[in-house]
Amino acid sequence: MRLETLSAYIRALRAHEVRVSTSEAIDAAQAINLIGFKDKDILRDTLGLVLAKSPDEKDIHDQLFDLFFKATPVRREETSPRNEAPTDLASEDQMADTDLQTLSESGDEAAMALAIEQAARQVKPEDIRFSTQLSVYTQKIYREMGGEGLQKRLISALQDTNPQSAGEAAALMRARADIMGRIRGFLDQKYEIFGKAASEQFRQDYLAEKALTEVTRQDMARMKVLIDKLAKKLAAKHARRKRQRKTGQLDIRKTLRQNAGYEGLPFNLAWKQTRRERPSIVAICDVSGSVAQYVRFLLLLLYALHESIPKLSAFAFSGRLQEVSDIFKEMDFDLAMDRILKTIGMSSTDYGAALMDLKTLYWSKIDRHSSVIILGDGRSNYGPAQLDILRELQARAKRVIWLCPEPEALWGTGDSLIKRYQPYCSQLAQVSNLKDLERAIDETLGAYA
Amino acid sequence: MLDQTDPTTTGYAPLTSAAAVTSGLSSVGYISTAQISMAVYLAHHLRKPVLIEGPAGVGKTDLALSVARYLTLPAIRLQCYEGLDEGKALYEWKYGKQLLYTQLLKDRLGDMIGEANTLETGFERLNAFQDVFFSENFIEPRPLLKALQQDRGSVLLIDEIDKADEAFEAFLLEVLSDYQVTIPEIGTISARVPPIVFLTSNNVRDLGDALKRRCLHLYIDFPEAAREQAILAARVPGIEAHLLSQIVQFVQALRQEDIRKSPSISETVDWARALLLMNAQALAPDLVRETLNVLLKYESDIQSVEGRISKLLRGRDQALNSPR
Repeated sequence: MRLETLSAYIRALRAHEVRVSTSEAIDAAQAINLIGFKDKDILRDTLGLVLAKSPDEKDIHDQLFDLFFKATPVRREETSPRNEAPTDLASEDQMADTDLQTLSESGDEAAMALAIEQAARQVKPEDIRFSTQLSVYTQKIYREMGGEGLQKRLISALQDTNPQSAGEAAALMRARADIMGRIRGFLDQKYEIFGKAASEQFRQDYLAEKALTEVTRQDMARMKVLIDKLAKKLAAKHARRKRQRKTGQLDIRKTLRQNAGYEGLPFNLAWKQTRRERPSIVAICDVSGSVAQYVRFLLLLLYALHESIPKLSAFAFSGRLQEVSDIFKEMDFDLAMDRILKTIGMSSTDYGAALMDLKTLYWSKIDRHSSVIILGDGRSNYGPAQLDILRELQARAKRVIWLCPEPEALWGTGDSLIKRYQPYCSQLAQVSNLKDLERAIDETLGAYA
Repeated sequence: MLDQTDPTTTGYAPLTSAAAVTSGLSSVGYISTAQISMAVYLAHHLRKPVLIEGPAGVGKTDLALSVARYLTLPAIRLQCYEGLDEGKALYEWKYGKQLLYTQLLKDRLGDMIGEANTLETGFERLNAFQDVFFSENFIEPRPLLKALQQDRGSVLLIDEIDKADEAFEAFLLEVLSDYQVTIPEIGTISARVPPIVFLTSNNVRDLGDALKRRCLHLYIDFPEAAREQAILAARVPGIEAHLLSQIVQFVQALRQEDIRKSPSISETVDWARALLLMNAQALAPDLVRETLNVLLKYESDIQSVEGRISKLLRGRDQALNSPR
């Protein structure tokens, strides 16, 4: 068994997003060599030590281990009489349908489990990804077990008017329901072990690429999980870069000064130190109706990242600009967002006025370390553009990043000012889904390496 | 191949089973669990480092030191911190000594080169010199190198690896996978006997996947009541059984509360010692209130628990008296 079962278990772990590398699989095999397979508790501890490398993964392992080794029956091929002469496949097939009925009626759980397990080998239930596939796979296994013969007998028994065959039909129906139920139970377990996590992963991948305007209320819970995950990934990535920059070089001036007392012999060495630049982000968001949904996700992602962004301030405007950082500090994110949309998002959009407000009221919030992220479609109802202010902003801030939800083809059409603003942005990108947002923030944080 | 650990090459008796580890550890006062013992057992036989995670004060560091005591091996500890580099962890040239020697020899330098007739011979002599200065005489071994140099093997404890930089983590991979280090001027030094390595982490940051892949991962959580009693009995000799079980139950109840920092084992031990010193016979609300600052380290925690001390104690009594 051994290796086969181990590798099936490792596949199950991987399906649950426990990353198991080949070298860890080898370690597991060596550890099992050492401790044997007899004691389940010892086995659980051992595999936990070798394969699961974080508290979360340990939890997954503990649950999955029980599920897995409950679902994988001890193979009894050697002792089972059914398998003693598997040479004549044809005769076995003919036997199959009567076999199925007697098997069901005999109530031999182990024999039944074994029969299902054998039939399943052809069908590969490990490939199930969605719960909707379960009934198809149930049918497949049923057929593999020789269900068609039973089906035929059932039909002919039903067509027959003879009272005796009515009883037979009832018995056959019972047997069929029993077998189907057992197969379904078996598959449910397999799905739990292999498929469920993978299908969750699939849904998340799908959601990350779904247009943000089409994200519905039902998706919100999953979306938040996804955003937290992204934020964690981004935070880990940029924490790393920050640390790498810290190694110093010999600071010759300082060394000479410190060792003047030793006739200039360099007894004490002084090292250069790089000063870290901490990310500081100013988000300026158009919260008018057309863009509001994008703002929600941008801010959700930024606030999920707050630990890696020590200085984060958010501004919202449609007509006039207002700082909203405090509102997010005070209340729950969704409440805050709703309030902002209600109080600020109602007037008609005026980018010029918003830029004026930024200059007169909040100019001190922006220095050469700030990355300014502007999220908006640049549709200003034919108001003045105030290009000068944006130019000044670009000179003052580290970077100006404009994220536009509109597709590029529409830029500059109608009242869109985006083409005129473009020359004064360090970067102008279209965002339509979560992946785009992630990329934009990734690049912004990357500038602080 | 793996379990052919011959005492003559390891310098200590081989670990025969996880159960043997448990009893060995308890003989030096460390109350182990099946999982912990298995980790030590596998670490020894698979020659893999053990990465220990868990809340502060559950005995992560103590495990490493206890294993050293149990196997009577030297325990070598490397405390990590931000900015730790190879020079502090592996080896360093004795720069001061090198400089001093060159200064002392400076005056003689002229004589030595003076004897040489040609530039080549003078250069060769100087060259020989340089090799002298970069020999083992001038190496200051730091913990990692020291651990490799032990004749009978050693227990290497790399404490709070999460506090060190990522770059250091990457450097550590080389040492941990082959148990050897390369010093450019001298060559490769490999371990005489591979050390048993423990790394501890308090999860200040997530460790790299590469490091985790190479380690066995052991998560030590707060102990269950029975194990905590055994630990206290071992650590605080002379304490009465009745008081002991009262202490453990109170602390276990406290860990269920919503507080900033749950009391760890070491704090429970301190508390038990304090109570023993005060000649306490049983836990009373006033006594608990007076000594609560041994268990809880945040003012806000103390305040939030203070009002409910008698309730926490009562809840325990009810649990004890209620029929199953």
